[in-house]
Amino acid sequence: MTTATPLLEVRNVTKYFGSVIALYDISMTLHAGEVMCLLGDNGAGKSTLIKILSGVHQPSQGEYLVNGRPVSFRSPRDALDAGIATVYQDLAMIPLMGLSRNFFLGSEPMVGWGPFRRFDTRRADEVTRAEMAKMGIQVRDPGQPVGTLSGGERQCVAIARAVYFGARVLILDEPTAALGVKEASVVLRYIAQARARNLGVIFITHNVHHAYPIGDRFTLLNRGRSYGTFSKADVTREEVTSMMAGGAELEELGHELAEFARTDAVAARALGKTASELNQEARDLQVGHYAPPDAPAPTRTDRTEAG
Amino acid sequence: MSSSGNLARGQEVRVEERMVQTSALRRLLVRPEMGAAAGSIVVWLFFALVAGSKGFLTMSGTASYLQVAADLGILAVAVALLMIGGEFDLSIGSIIGACGMIIAITAGHFQLHIGLGILLAFLFALLIGWVNGTMVVRTGLPSFIITLGSLFIIRGATIGVTRMTTGRTQVGGIDEAPGFELAQAIFASKLTIAGANFSISILWWLLAAVVATWTLLRTRFGNWIFGVGGDANAARNVGVPVARVKITLFMGTAVAACLVAVLQAVSFTGADVLRGSQQEFYAIIAVVIGGTLLTGGYGSAIGAVLGALIFGMVRQGIVFAGVDADWFQVFLGVMLLVAVLVNRYVRKRAMEARR
Ligand SMILES: Nc1ncnc2c1ncn2[C@@H]1O[C@H](COP(=O)(O)OP(=O)(O)O)[C@@H](O)[C@H]1O
Ligand SMILES: [Mg+2]
Repeated sequence: MTTATPLLEVRNVTKYFGSVIALYDISMTLHAGEVMCLLGDNGAGKSTLIKILSGVHQPSQGEYLVNGRPVSFRSPRDALDAGIATVYQDLAMIPLMGLSRNFFLGSEPMVGWGPFRRFDTRRADEVTRAEMAKMGIQVRDPGQPVGTLSGGERQCVAIARAVYFGARVLILDEPTAALGVKEASVVLRYIAQARARNLGVIFITHNVHHAYPIGDRFTLLNRGRSYGTFSKADVTREEVTSMMAGGAELEELGHELAEFARTDAVAARALGKTASELNQEARDLQVGHYAPPDAPAPTRTDRTEAG
Repeated sequence: MSSSGNLARGQEVRVEERMVQTSALRRLLVRPEMGAAAGSIVVWLFFALVAGSKGFLTMSGTASYLQVAADLGILAVAVALLMIGGEFDLSIGSIIGACGMIIAITAGHFQLHIGLGILLAFLFALLIGWVNGTMVVRTGLPSFIITLGSLFIIRGATIGVTRMTTGRTQVGGIDEAPGFELAQAIFASKLTIAGANFSISILWWLLAAVVATWTLLRTRFGNWIFGVGGDANAARNVGVPVARVKITLFMGTAVAACLVAVLQAVSFTGADVLRGSQQEFYAIIAVVIGGTLLTGGYGSAIGAVLGALIFGMVRQGIVFAGVDADWFQVFLGVMLLVAVLVNRYVRKRAMEARR
């Protein structure tokens, strides 16, 4: 994997906002068919880094390469044209606009000729319906305002849109932050799907329980600096946790973990976790015992844990 | 999909329940212009009852309120697009005054070809629209403030330049300029239907409405307008050229104002520096009555057409009913508030009902 040309690479990237150093000397690569998790506390610089990758910001210093060639994106459009699609934390969706109009905003399909060249709304509706169906969501009225969808459904629209428009890199900025455990697991499943289609995925979160099951590699940011990138084989969940949060918060995270296990075994199974694994984790963190609500626990067949 | 297949199916069912089928009636009710359509009928019925015997229902009565509606309606459809795009333009009234005066000075005072005057007026309007739009997107200040500044600058400059050039504030004599006949045929002729004279500006109004509606609903640019007004950042993130869209919309309102100026200058064969005063407010009222959201991202050009129609019917209906025209403003203010409340209620229901 490391011998192939990376889809994306940044070398020694630094970003200033006036006197604020938002990022300092960051280097990172992303390959096809992998999920790179960008971890870090609030204000670590995760959003700034992906905004550079997606053309919103330009690096103050350092290089940015796509498929091995240096690039300098001046707008998100440039990045999109290079196959880099971003699902923003503050969702690139217009609540009052219909589903299919949102889906195609900025890339409207056209039909007709000369002055009668027009937005092909019928095709937009059909494609939206079909693409959402591929994600397991049946849309009856593609004119339905996006504001009426739940957070998880909106994430799905955004991901479906990126995949449909031929993204080779999918960047997700905290897609699970505002979601319940169940909805978060659905989004995680789409990330696994995108990886299966050989996309490169950058997944930003400050929740290690969302990152660890799905990530292949982890880049840890802290106050604008990188702690380095680690393969899953080289780090345990606890190591990742302690690196990103510091030992003091371990206990709290342990409680969260137990809660995660208790409230949503179903979602956990979707990610290929078994009850006993979760139990083991809870035990490791010494926060009590977890009993599965419905025995027996399924066997591990999902590929999400394979990385 | 291996073991996750079960979950996928469970998810599908759950989501499907959420996205319940919306009835055709409900979908119709949530169209932004529905309130204005109902309002038009109510207002028409009201004046048909109150002033029907006094001429409101005659052909010439109809022609008179359509004429009033047309001048405002041309402005309102352009303002609707701008407001859907999330911005205001308070300078349009002063652009009417300035463009009218450019034509009157060129063709009336200097007796040059009227086509030249009209051309200069449109170029001026495009420039003002571009400046307004550029200042708004560059500074990030509310367009309300920027165009409030433009309003006073343009109005003041119009008065100043006109007085300096002609020594007056009203300039006539356009009808003696070369090319006037053709201009009159295009901008000031009357179509006689059943003995009543319908102004050709009604056709310009319909043309503006068709172009605006087509643009909004059937072009890429139209989709961008909704996007830019709904959430400019989100739109930018998916590649919409936000600045270009907004600047174009400001140029659109300025051009609409100039068209109104041309229609009026040619009809009246002259111009007045104060022409167009308060039209910016009337246009906003028509647009809001038409169901467009003040905060942008939602609305329709048809709604603005209906809003202007209501405006015209009320303004002329009051005269037919024999009520003192002083009361028109009260009527208008009340209607604006009622329209805002009704539209807000309808939209809220629409968003909730679909959950
Ligand atoms: N546009 C900006 N202007 C000034 N400072 C910014 C800007 N964007 C981010 N920052 C600063 O950069 C730092 C990193 O922010 P961000 O990338 O949003 O962190 P994260 O997404 O990891 O929470 C913060 O200190 C933030 O205040
Ligand atoms: Mg962030």
